[in-house]
Amino acid sequence: MTALLAVRSLTVDFAASPPVRAVDSVDLSVAERESVAIVGESGSGKSQLLHACTGLLAPNGRATGSVRFDGMELLGPGNRAAAVRGRGIGFVFQDASGSLTPHRRVGDQLAEIASATRGLDRDASRIESRRLLDCVHLPDAGQRLREYPHELSGGMRQRVAIALALAARPRLLFADEPTTALDVTVQAEILALLAGLCREFGMALLLVTHDLGVVASLADRIAVMNAGRLVETAAAADFLRGPKHPYSASLLAAVPTLAGLQ
Amino acid sequence: MSGGLWREALGALRDDRLAMTSAALLGVIAFAALVGPSLIDYREDEIDWSNMAAPPFEAEGHWLGTDRLGRDLLVRTLFGLRVSLAIALAATLVSLVIGVAWGALAGFRRGRTDALMMRFVDVLYSLPQVFFVIILTVVFGRSPLTLLVAIGAFGWLTMARIVRGQALALREREFVDAAIVGGSGTLRIVGRHIVPNLLGPVIVYATLTLPQVILVESFLSFLGIGIQEPLASLGNLIADGAAEMETAPWMLAVPAACLMLVVFCFNFLGDGLRDALDPRDR
Repeated sequence: MTALLAVRSLTVDFAASPPVRAVDSVDLSVAERESVAIVGESGSGKSQLLHACTGLLAPNGRATGSVRFDGMELLGPGNRAAAVRGRGIGFVFQDASGSLTPHRRVGDQLAEIASATRGLDRDASRIESRRLLDCVHLPDAGQRLREYPHELSGGMRQRVAIALALAARPRLLFADEPTTALDVTVQAEILALLAGLCREFGMALLLVTHDLGVVASLADRIAVMNAGRLVETAAAADFLRGPKHPYSASLLAAVPTLAGLQ
Repeated sequence: MSGGLWREALGALRDDRLAMTSAALLGVIAFAALVGPSLIDYREDEIDWSNMAAPPFEAEGHWLGTDRLGRDLLVRTLFGLRVSLAIALAATLVSLVIGVAWGALAGFRRGRTDALMMRFVDVLYSLPQVFFVIILTVVFGRSPLTLLVAIGAFGWLTMARIVRGQALALREREFVDAAIVGGSGTLRIVGRHIVPNLLGPVIVYATLTLPQVILVESFLSFLGIGIQEPLASLGNLIADGAAEMETAPWMLAVPAACLMLVVFCFNFLGDGLRDALDPRDR
Protein backbone atom coordinates (compact mmCIF):
# COMPACT_ATOMS: atom_id res chain seq x y z
CA MET A 1 0.00 0.00 0.00
CA THR A 2 1.46 3.40 -0.96
CA ALA A 3 1.20 6.12 1.60
CA LEU A 4 -1.31 8.92 1.09
CA LEU A 5 0.71 11.16 3.36
CA ALA A 6 4.41 10.53 3.73
CA VAL A 7 6.37 12.64 6.18
CA ARG A 8 10.15 12.19 5.99
CA SER A 9 12.57 13.65 8.53
CA LEU A 10 10.33 16.65 9.10
CA THR A 11 11.89 19.27 11.35
CA VAL A 12 10.13 22.44 12.48
CA ASP A 13 12.15 25.29 13.94
CA PHE A 14 10.86 28.54 15.37
CA ALA A 15 13.05 31.60 15.19
CA ALA A 16 13.00 32.85 18.74
CA SER A 17 15.64 33.47 21.34
CA PRO A 18 16.61 30.79 22.10
CA PRO A 19 15.43 29.03 18.91
CA VAL A 20 12.83 26.33 19.47
CA ARG A 21 12.82 23.00 17.69
CA ALA A 22 9.18 21.95 17.92
CA VAL A 23 9.38 18.90 15.66
CA ASP A 24 12.60 16.93 15.32
CA SER A 25 13.16 14.69 12.25
CA VAL A 26 9.83 12.92 12.33
CA ASP A 27 8.97 10.09 9.92
CA LEU A 28 5.33 9.20 9.63
CA SER A 29 3.02 7.86 6.99
CA VAL A 30 -0.71 7.56 6.65
CA ALA A 31 -2.16 5.16 4.12
CA GLU A 32 -5.40 5.63 2.20
CA ARG A 33 -8.36 5.08 4.55
CA GLU A 34 -6.08 4.47 7.49
CA SER A 35 -6.57 6.25 10.79
CA VAL A 36 -3.51 7.17 12.77
CA ALA A 37 -3.47 8.76 16.20
CA ILE A 38 -0.64 10.90 17.50
CA VAL A 39 -0.47 10.99 21.27
CA GLY A 40 1.87 12.83 23.57
CA GLU A 41 1.88 15.47 26.25
CA SER A 42 1.32 19.19 25.67
CA GLY A 43 4.19 20.85 23.86
CA SER A 44 5.45 17.64 22.30
CA GLY A 45 5.03 19.10 18.81
CA LYS A 46 1.90 17.21 17.75
CA SER A 47 -0.02 20.25 16.59
CA GLN A 48 2.99 21.84 14.90
CA LEU A 49 3.43 18.64 12.90
CA LEU A 50 -0.10 19.05 11.50
CA HIS A 51 0.40 22.78 10.93
CA ALA A 52 3.66 22.20 9.08
CA CYS A 53 1.98 19.72 6.73
CA THR A 54 -0.73 22.23 5.79
CA GLY A 55 1.47 25.32 5.60
CA LEU A 56 -0.14 26.92 8.65
CA LEU A 57 3.03 27.56 10.65
CA ALA A 58 3.39 30.95 12.32
CA PRO A 59 5.54 33.41 10.30
CA ASN A 60 8.63 32.68 12.41
CA GLY A 61 8.36 28.93 11.89
CA ARG A 62 10.35 26.99 9.30
CA ALA A 63 9.79 23.40 8.22
CA THR A 64 12.52 21.29 6.59
CA GLY A 65 12.48 17.73 5.39
CA SER A 66 9.80 16.34 3.17
CA VAL A 67 6.02 16.05 3.30
CA ARG A 68 4.45 14.29 0.35
CA PHE A 69 0.73 14.06 -0.23
CA ASP A 70 -0.15 11.49 -2.85
CA GLY A 71 3.38 11.83 -4.19
CA MET A 72 3.34 15.64 -4.31
CA GLU A 73 5.89 17.54 -2.24
CA LEU A 74 4.25 20.13 0.04
CA LEU A 75 7.31 21.75 1.58
CA GLY A 76 9.72 24.12 -0.12
CA PRO A 77 9.56 27.54 -1.75
CA GLY A 78 6.24 28.91 -2.87
CA ASN A 79 2.96 28.02 -1.28
CA ARG A 80 2.74 24.41 -2.39
CA ALA A 81 0.58 23.31 0.50
CA ALA A 82 -2.20 25.48 -0.93
CA ALA A 83 -2.74 22.94 -3.69
CA VAL A 84 -3.90 20.19 -1.35
CA ARG A 85 -5.95 22.34 0.98
CA GLY A 86 -9.61 21.51 0.97
CA ARG A 87 -9.86 18.64 -1.47
CA GLY A 88 -6.64 16.97 -0.31
CA ILE A 89 -6.40 17.63 3.40
CA GLY A 90 -9.16 18.87 5.66
CA PHE A 91 -8.57 20.22 9.13
CA VAL A 92 -10.68 20.10 12.29
CA PHE A 93 -9.35 22.40 14.98
CA GLN A 94 -9.29 22.07 18.72
CA ASP A 95 -11.61 24.97 19.43
CA ALA A 96 -14.74 24.78 17.33
CA SER A 97 -15.94 28.18 18.52
CA GLY A 98 -12.79 29.66 17.09
CA SER A 99 -12.91 27.87 13.77
CA LEU A 100 -16.26 29.33 12.75
CA THR A 101 -16.50 32.93 11.62
CA PRO A 102 -18.65 34.66 14.24
CA HIS A 103 -20.49 37.01 11.86
CA ARG A 104 -21.68 34.60 9.24
CA ARG A 105 -24.48 32.10 9.19
CA VAL A 106 -23.48 28.48 9.47
CA GLY A 107 -25.00 27.69 6.09
CA ASP A 108 -23.08 30.46 4.31
CA GLN A 109 -19.80 29.22 5.71
CA LEU A 110 -20.43 25.64 4.60
CA ALA A 111 -21.59 26.76 1.17
CA GLU A 112 -18.51 28.95 0.75
CA ILE A 113 -16.12 26.02 1.16
CA ALA A 114 -18.26 23.71 -0.96
CA SER A 115 -18.38 26.18 -3.83
CA ALA A 116 -14.74 27.29 -3.51
CA THR A 117 -13.32 23.77 -3.61
CA ARG A 118 -15.81 21.80 -5.64
CA GLY A 119 -17.16 24.48 -7.94
CA LEU A 120 -20.75 23.89 -6.86
CA ASP A 121 -23.18 26.64 -7.84
CA ARG A 122 -25.34 28.55 -5.38
CA ASP A 123 -28.22 26.10 -5.13
CA ALA A 124 -26.07 22.99 -5.21
CA SER A 125 -23.81 24.27 -2.45
CA ARG A 126 -26.85 25.15 -0.35
CA ILE A 127 -28.25 21.64 -0.71
CA GLU A 128 -24.82 20.25 -0.01
CA SER A 129 -24.45 22.21 3.24
CA ARG A 130 -27.79 20.87 4.40
CA ARG A 131 -26.62 17.35 3.59
CA LEU A 132 -23.35 17.92 5.43
CA LEU A 133 -25.17 18.90 8.60
CA ASP A 134 -27.22 15.72 8.31
CA CYS A 135 -23.97 13.78 7.93
CA VAL A 136 -22.66 15.10 11.23
CA HIS A 137 -26.02 14.24 12.86
CA LEU A 138 -27.01 17.78 13.72
CA PRO A 139 -30.73 17.88 14.45
CA ASP A 140 -32.90 20.54 12.76
CA ALA A 141 -30.31 21.00 10.03
CA GLY A 142 -32.55 23.35 8.05
CA GLN A 143 -32.93 25.67 11.03
CA ARG A 144 -29.25 25.48 12.02
CA LEU A 145 -28.13 26.63 8.58
CA ARG A 146 -29.66 30.01 9.26
CA GLU A 147 -28.13 30.38 12.72
CA TYR A 148 -24.92 32.07 13.83
CA PRO A 149 -22.16 30.10 15.55
CA HIS A 150 -22.84 31.72 18.94
CA GLU A 151 -26.40 30.40 18.87
CA LEU A 152 -25.12 26.80 18.93
CA SER A 153 -23.82 24.75 21.85
CA GLY A 154 -20.17 23.70 22.03
CA GLY A 155 -20.87 20.17 20.81
CA MET A 156 -23.04 21.41 17.95
CA ARG A 157 -20.34 23.87 16.96
CA GLN A 158 -17.76 21.10 16.77
CA ARG A 159 -20.14 19.11 14.58
CA VAL A 160 -20.47 22.13 12.30
CA ALA A 161 -16.68 22.53 12.28
CA ILE A 162 -16.36 18.90 11.20
CA ALA A 163 -18.96 19.48 8.50
CA LEU A 164 -16.91 22.49 7.39
CA ALA A 165 -13.83 20.30 6.99
CA LEU A 166 -15.88 17.70 5.12
CA ALA A 167 -17.41 20.29 2.79
CA ALA A 168 -14.40 20.08 0.51
CA ARG A 169 -14.49 16.26 0.52
CA PRO A 170 -10.87 15.81 1.62
CA ARG A 171 -9.08 12.49 1.20
CA LEU A 172 -7.29 12.96 4.49
CA LEU A 173 -8.67 14.62 7.60
CA PHE A 174 -6.45 16.23 10.22
CA ALA A 175 -8.09 16.50 13.61
CA ASP A 176 -6.17 18.48 16.22
CA GLU A 177 -7.55 17.48 19.62
CA PRO A 178 -11.09 17.93 18.33
CA THR A 179 -12.69 17.08 21.66
CA THR A 180 -10.54 18.87 24.22
CA ALA A 181 -12.94 21.79 24.58
CA LEU A 182 -15.98 19.56 25.10
CA ASP A 183 -17.37 17.68 28.06
CA VAL A 184 -16.83 13.97 28.39
CA THR A 185 -20.10 12.57 27.05
CA VAL A 186 -19.95 14.86 24.02
CA GLN A 187 -16.30 13.89 23.48
CA ALA A 188 -17.23 10.25 22.98
CA GLU A 189 -20.02 11.18 20.54
CA ILE A 190 -17.75 13.40 18.44
CA LEU A 191 -15.01 10.77 18.23
CA ALA A 192 -17.51 8.10 17.24
CA LEU A 193 -18.85 10.50 14.64
CA LEU A 194 -15.36 11.11 13.24
CA ALA A 195 -14.69 7.39 12.99
CA GLY A 196 -18.01 6.79 11.28
CA LEU A 197 -17.51 9.61 8.80
CA CYS A 198 -14.05 8.35 7.86
CA ARG A 199 -15.56 4.97 7.00
CA GLU A 200 -18.49 6.55 5.18
CA PHE A 201 -16.41 8.94 3.08
CA GLY A 202 -13.40 6.64 2.74
CA MET A 203 -11.20 9.27 4.36
CA ALA A 204 -7.90 8.74 6.06
CA LEU A 205 -7.61 10.31 9.51
CA LEU A 206 -4.68 11.78 11.37
CA LEU A 207 -5.86 12.48 14.88
CA VAL A 208 -3.98 14.30 17.59
CA THR A 209 -5.28 13.52 21.05
CA HIS A 210 -4.57 13.17 24.74
CA ASP A 211 -7.13 10.50 25.28
CA LEU A 212 -5.51 7.07 25.09
CA GLY A 213 -8.78 5.35 25.92
CA VAL A 214 -10.60 6.44 22.77
CA VAL A 215 -7.54 5.97 20.62
CA ALA A 216 -7.76 2.23 21.09
CA SER A 217 -11.19 1.97 19.52
CA LEU A 218 -10.63 4.59 16.84
CA ALA A 219 -7.12 4.33 15.44
CA ASP A 220 -5.42 1.65 13.40
CA ARG A 221 -2.01 2.86 14.42
CA ILE A 222 -0.66 4.98 17.23
CA ALA A 223 2.34 7.30 17.06
CA VAL A 224 3.81 8.60 20.28
CA MET A 225 5.56 11.96 20.33
CA ASN A 226 7.78 13.33 23.06
CA ALA A 227 9.74 16.58 22.93
CA GLY A 228 9.36 16.87 19.17
CA ARG A 229 10.50 13.35 18.43
CA LEU A 230 8.48 10.38 17.37
CA VAL A 231 9.44 7.76 19.94
CA GLU A 232 7.22 4.88 18.89
CA THR A 233 4.81 3.86 16.15
CA ALA A 234 2.77 0.72 16.64
CA ALA A 235 -0.52 -0.90 15.72
CA ALA A 236 -3.11 0.23 18.24
CA ALA A 237 -3.73 -3.19 19.71
CA ASP A 238 -0.03 -3.97 20.11
CA PHE A 239 0.57 -0.60 21.68
CA LEU A 240 -2.05 -1.03 24.36
CA ARG A 241 -0.90 -4.54 25.13
CA GLY A 242 2.71 -3.57 25.63
CA PRO A 243 4.35 -0.32 24.54
CA LYS A 244 8.03 -0.68 23.73
CA HIS A 245 9.30 2.75 24.61
CA PRO A 246 9.51 3.72 28.31
CA TYR A 247 7.83 7.08 27.58
CA SER A 248 4.84 5.31 25.99
CA ALA A 249 4.63 3.07 29.01
CA SER A 250 4.60 6.08 31.31
CA LEU A 251 1.82 7.66 29.19
CA LEU A 252 -0.27 4.51 29.50
CA ALA A 253 0.40 4.32 33.20
CA ALA A 254 -0.74 7.92 33.58
CA VAL A 255 -4.29 7.06 32.49
CA PRO A 256 -6.31 7.16 35.70
CA THR A 257 -8.19 3.97 36.48
CA LEU A 258 -10.82 3.22 39.06
CA ALA A 259 -8.56 0.57 40.50
CA GLY A 260 -5.87 3.14 41.02
CA LEU A 261 -8.21 5.35 43.03
CA GLN A 262 -9.14 2.68 45.53
CA MET B 1 -24.52 40.67 5.72
CA SER B 2 -25.18 39.21 9.13
CA GLY B 3 -28.60 40.55 9.85
CA GLY B 4 -29.18 39.35 13.40
CA LEU B 5 -26.10 40.85 14.98
CA TRP B 6 -26.58 44.22 13.32
CA ARG B 7 -30.17 44.26 14.42
CA GLU B 8 -29.01 43.68 17.99
CA ALA B 9 -26.56 46.58 17.77
CA LEU B 10 -29.27 48.77 16.25
CA GLY B 11 -31.53 47.91 19.18
CA ALA B 12 -28.83 48.99 21.63
CA LEU B 13 -28.35 52.20 19.69
CA ARG B 14 -32.05 52.92 19.79
CA ASP B 15 -31.90 52.97 23.59
CA ASP B 16 -29.16 55.60 23.48
CA ARG B 17 -31.13 58.86 23.56
CA LEU B 18 -28.20 61.17 22.97
CA ALA B 19 -27.08 59.23 19.91
CA MET B 20 -30.61 58.96 18.55
CA THR B 21 -31.22 62.70 19.03
CA SER B 22 -27.95 63.42 17.24
CA ALA B 23 -28.88 61.09 14.40
CA ALA B 24 -32.30 62.72 14.05
CA LEU B 25 -30.76 66.19 14.14
CA LEU B 26 -28.21 65.20 11.50
CA GLY B 27 -31.05 63.92 9.36
CA VAL B 28 -32.86 67.24 9.66
CA ILE B 29 -29.68 69.20 8.91
CA ALA B 30 -28.85 67.04 5.89
CA PHE B 31 -32.41 67.38 4.59
CA ALA B 32 -32.35 71.15 5.07
CA ALA B 33 -28.99 71.39 3.32
CA LEU B 34 -30.31 69.37 0.38
CA VAL B 35 -33.76 70.89 -0.04
CA GLY B 36 -33.55 74.20 1.81
CA PRO B 37 -31.72 76.35 -0.76
CA SER B 38 -34.36 75.68 -3.42
CA LEU B 39 -37.19 76.74 -1.08
CA ILE B 40 -35.69 80.15 -0.43
CA ASP B 41 -36.22 82.99 -2.90
CA TYR B 42 -32.55 83.92 -3.11
CA ARG B 43 -29.75 81.99 -4.73
CA GLU B 44 -26.52 81.53 -2.82
CA ASP B 45 -24.62 83.91 -5.08
CA GLU B 46 -27.43 86.40 -5.63
CA ILE B 47 -26.69 89.94 -4.48
CA ASP B 48 -29.44 92.03 -2.89
CA TRP B 49 -28.17 95.56 -3.51
CA SER B 50 -30.68 97.14 -1.15
CA ASN B 51 -29.75 94.96 1.84
CA MET B 52 -26.04 94.77 2.44
CA ALA B 53 -24.76 93.40 5.73
CA ALA B 54 -28.28 93.40 7.13
CA PRO B 55 -28.62 91.93 10.63
CA PRO B 56 -30.95 88.94 11.17
CA PHE B 57 -34.75 89.50 11.14
CA GLU B 58 -34.42 93.11 9.90
CA ALA B 59 -34.43 92.99 6.14
CA GLU B 60 -37.48 91.41 4.60
CA GLY B 61 -36.91 87.86 3.30
CA HIS B 62 -33.48 87.53 4.93
CA TRP B 63 -34.18 85.65 8.15
CA LEU B 64 -30.58 85.35 9.18
CA GLY B 65 -29.45 88.58 7.56
CA THR B 66 -27.06 89.11 4.67
CA ASP B 67 -23.32 89.30 4.26
CA ARG B 68 -21.42 92.38 3.20
CA LEU B 69 -22.28 91.76 -0.46
CA GLY B 70 -25.98 91.42 0.33
CA ARG B 71 -26.12 87.65 -0.15
CA ASP B 72 -28.66 85.82 2.00
CA LEU B 73 -26.87 84.20 4.93
CA LEU B 74 -29.38 81.39 5.47
CA VAL B 75 -29.09 80.21 1.87
CA ARG B 76 -25.34 80.51 1.94
CA THR B 77 -25.09 78.58 5.21
CA LEU B 78 -27.37 75.79 3.99
CA PHE B 79 -25.45 75.68 0.73
CA GLY B 80 -22.16 75.63 2.62
CA LEU B 81 -23.47 72.79 4.77
CA ARG B 82 -24.32 70.87 1.64
CA VAL B 83 -20.82 71.32 0.23
CA SER B 84 -19.11 70.54 3.54
CA LEU B 85 -21.23 67.45 4.19
CA ALA B 86 -20.77 66.19 0.64
CA ILE B 87 -17.00 66.56 0.84
CA ALA B 88 -16.96 64.97 4.28
CA LEU B 89 -19.02 61.98 3.15
CA ALA B 90 -17.06 61.48 -0.04
CA ALA B 91 -13.68 61.83 1.65
CA THR B 92 -14.71 59.48 4.45
CA LEU B 93 -15.96 56.95 1.92
CA VAL B 94 -12.70 57.16 -0.01
CA SER B 95 -10.63 56.72 3.13
CA LEU B 96 -12.90 53.92 4.28
CA VAL B 97 -12.53 51.89 1.09
CA ILE B 98 -8.79 52.42 0.65
CA GLY B 99 -8.00 52.14 4.36
CA VAL B 100 -9.98 48.95 4.94
CA ALA B 101 -8.65 47.21 1.85
CA TRP B 102 -5.06 48.28 2.53
CA GLY B 103 -5.10 47.47 6.23
CA ALA B 104 -6.94 44.17 5.93
CA LEU B 105 -4.59 42.91 3.23
CA ALA B 106 -1.48 43.99 5.16
CA GLY B 107 -2.71 42.39 8.36
CA PHE B 108 -3.72 39.19 6.63
CA ARG B 109 -0.50 38.71 4.66
CA ARG B 110 1.70 39.58 7.65
CA GLY B 111 5.49 39.49 7.38
CA ARG B 112 7.26 41.37 4.61
CA THR B 113 4.12 42.41 2.71
CA ASP B 114 2.73 43.93 5.89
CA ALA B 115 5.99 45.72 6.68
CA LEU B 116 6.23 47.21 3.18
CA MET B 117 2.60 48.33 3.09
CA MET B 118 2.72 49.90 6.53
CA ARG B 119 6.04 51.70 5.88
CA PHE B 120 4.33 53.31 2.91
CA VAL B 121 1.61 54.49 5.29
CA ASP B 122 4.28 55.80 7.68
CA VAL B 123 5.92 57.80 4.90
CA LEU B 124 2.63 59.44 3.92
CA TYR B 125 1.89 60.07 7.59
CA SER B 126 5.09 62.05 7.95
CA LEU B 127 4.18 64.46 5.12
CA PRO B 128 2.60 67.67 6.39
CA GLN B 129 -0.95 67.69 5.06
CA VAL B 130 -1.32 71.44 4.53
CA PHE B 131 1.89 71.51 2.50
CA PHE B 132 0.61 68.59 0.42
CA VAL B 133 -2.71 70.35 -0.20
CA ILE B 134 -0.93 73.54 -1.30
CA ILE B 135 1.16 71.59 -3.81
CA LEU B 136 -1.95 69.83 -5.10
CA THR B 137 -3.84 73.09 -5.58
CA VAL B 138 -0.84 74.62 -7.37
CA VAL B 139 -0.66 71.66 -9.73
CA PHE B 140 -4.35 70.91 -10.28
CA GLY B 141 -5.96 74.24 -9.46
CA ARG B 142 -8.43 74.99 -6.70
CA SER B 143 -11.50 72.84 -7.00
CA PRO B 144 -13.66 70.77 -4.67
CA LEU B 145 -12.25 67.66 -6.35
CA THR B 146 -8.66 68.61 -5.51
CA LEU B 147 -9.74 69.21 -1.95
CA LEU B 148 -11.46 65.83 -1.85
CA VAL B 149 -8.36 64.06 -3.17
CA ALA B 150 -6.16 65.91 -0.71
CA ILE B 151 -8.30 65.01 2.29
CA GLY B 152 -8.94 61.45 1.13
CA ALA B 153 -5.22 60.90 0.53
CA PHE B 154 -4.58 61.40 4.23
CA GLY B 155 -7.83 60.19 5.73
CA TRP B 156 -7.23 56.54 4.92
CA LEU B 157 -3.91 56.35 6.75
CA THR B 158 -5.33 56.12 10.25
CA MET B 159 -8.08 53.82 9.02
CA ALA B 160 -5.47 51.51 7.49
CA ARG B 161 -3.57 51.38 10.77
CA ILE B 162 -6.67 50.59 12.81
CA VAL B 163 -7.84 47.94 10.37
CA ARG B 164 -4.38 46.41 10.06
CA GLY B 165 -4.15 45.96 13.82
CA GLN B 166 -7.57 44.31 13.92
CA ALA B 167 -6.71 42.11 10.94
CA LEU B 168 -3.47 40.98 12.56
CA ALA B 169 -5.43 39.86 15.60
CA LEU B 170 -8.12 38.17 13.48
CA ARG B 171 -5.44 36.39 11.45
CA GLU B 172 -4.49 34.47 14.59
CA ARG B 173 -8.03 33.21 15.07
CA GLU B 174 -8.69 29.64 14.06
CA PHE B 175 -11.54 30.43 11.70
CA VAL B 176 -9.04 32.08 9.38
CA ASP B 177 -6.86 28.97 9.47
CA ALA B 178 -10.00 26.93 8.91
CA ALA B 179 -10.85 29.00 5.83
CA ILE B 180 -7.28 28.68 4.56
CA VAL B 181 -7.16 24.90 4.87
CA GLY B 182 -10.69 24.79 3.50
CA GLY B 183 -9.20 26.08 0.27
CA SER B 184 -10.56 29.65 0.15
CA GLY B 185 -8.40 32.18 -1.68
CA THR B 186 -6.86 35.33 -0.17
CA LEU B 187 -9.48 37.74 -1.52
CA ARG B 188 -12.35 35.58 -0.37
CA ILE B 189 -10.90 35.22 3.11
CA VAL B 190 -10.17 38.93 3.46
CA GLY B 191 -13.60 39.82 2.10
CA ARG B 192 -15.70 37.29 3.95
CA HIS B 193 -13.83 36.44 7.13
CA ILE B 194 -11.60 39.41 7.98
CA VAL B 195 -13.50 42.51 6.87
CA PRO B 196 -16.97 41.59 8.24
CA ASN B 197 -15.40 40.92 11.63
CA LEU B 198 -13.75 44.32 11.87
CA LEU B 199 -16.67 46.34 10.54
CA GLY B 200 -17.70 47.39 14.06
CA PRO B 201 -14.61 49.46 14.85
CA VAL B 202 -14.51 50.66 11.24
CA ILE B 203 -18.04 52.09 11.40
CA VAL B 204 -17.27 53.78 14.70
CA TYR B 205 -14.07 55.26 13.35
CA ALA B 206 -15.84 56.41 10.19
CA THR B 207 -18.44 58.38 12.17
CA LEU B 208 -15.60 59.97 14.12
CA THR B 209 -13.72 60.71 10.88
CA LEU B 210 -16.64 62.62 9.38
CA PRO B 211 -16.47 65.59 11.78
CA GLN B 212 -12.69 65.56 11.50
CA VAL B 213 -12.92 65.86 7.73
CA ILE B 214 -15.45 68.69 8.05
CA LEU B 215 -13.03 70.50 10.33
CA VAL B 216 -10.07 69.93 8.00
CA GLU B 217 -12.10 71.12 5.02
CA SER B 218 -13.23 74.19 6.97
CA PHE B 219 -9.69 74.87 8.06
CA LEU B 220 -8.34 74.64 4.50
CA SER B 221 -11.19 76.80 3.20
CA PHE B 222 -10.53 79.25 6.02
CA LEU B 223 -6.91 79.46 4.87
CA GLY B 224 -8.13 80.15 1.35
CA ILE B 225 -6.88 76.93 -0.26
CA GLY B 226 -10.15 75.04 -0.04
CA ILE B 227 -13.57 75.89 -1.41
CA GLN B 228 -13.49 79.18 -3.35
CA GLU B 229 -16.00 82.04 -3.61
CA PRO B 230 -18.69 82.32 -4.78
CA LEU B 231 -19.11 78.69 -3.78
CA ALA B 232 -19.79 78.46 -0.06
CA SER B 233 -18.60 75.99 2.51
CA LEU B 234 -18.75 76.24 6.27
CA GLY B 235 -15.04 77.00 6.25
CA ASN B 236 -15.02 80.00 3.93
CA LEU B 237 -18.26 81.31 5.47
CA ILE B 238 -16.52 81.32 8.84
CA ALA B 239 -13.48 82.97 7.27
CA ASP B 240 -15.74 85.69 5.81
CA GLY B 241 -17.51 86.06 9.12
CA ALA B 242 -14.28 86.33 11.06
CA ALA B 243 -13.24 89.25 8.87
CA GLU B 244 -16.43 91.14 9.77
CA MET B 245 -16.57 89.93 13.36
CA GLU B 246 -16.80 93.41 14.90
CA THR B 247 -19.31 94.99 12.52
CA ALA B 248 -21.48 91.99 11.60
CA PRO B 249 -21.06 89.27 14.27
CA TRP B 250 -23.98 87.21 12.89
CA MET B 251 -21.93 86.45 9.79
CA LEU B 252 -19.56 84.48 12.00
CA ALA B 253 -22.10 83.18 14.50
CA VAL B 254 -24.44 81.41 12.06
CA PRO B 255 -21.96 79.20 10.17
CA ALA B 256 -19.88 78.61 13.30
CA ALA B 257 -22.94 77.41 15.21
CA CYS B 258 -23.82 75.10 12.32
CA LEU B 259 -20.32 73.63 12.23
CA MET B 260 -20.37 73.09 15.97
CA LEU B 261 -23.76 71.42 15.86
CA VAL B 262 -22.79 69.05 13.05
CA VAL B 263 -19.48 68.09 14.65
CA PHE B 264 -21.15 67.53 18.02
CA CYS B 265 -23.85 65.36 16.47
CA PHE B 266 -21.39 63.18 14.58
CA ASN B 267 -19.27 62.71 17.69
CA PHE B 268 -22.26 61.74 19.83
CA LEU B 269 -23.49 59.38 17.16
CA GLY B 270 -20.03 57.83 16.88
CA ASP B 271 -19.86 57.37 20.65
CA GLY B 272 -23.28 55.74 20.66
CA LEU B 273 -22.29 53.41 17.84
CA ARG B 274 -19.15 52.40 19.66
CA ASP B 275 -21.15 51.48 22.74
CA ALA B 276 -23.73 49.63 20.66
CA LEU B 277 -21.24 47.63 18.62
CA ASP B 278 -18.72 46.87 21.34
CA PRO B 279 -20.37 44.23 23.54
CA ARG B 280 -21.07 42.19 20.43
CA ASP B 281 -17.91 40.10 20.70
CA ARG B 282 -19.14 38.22 23.75
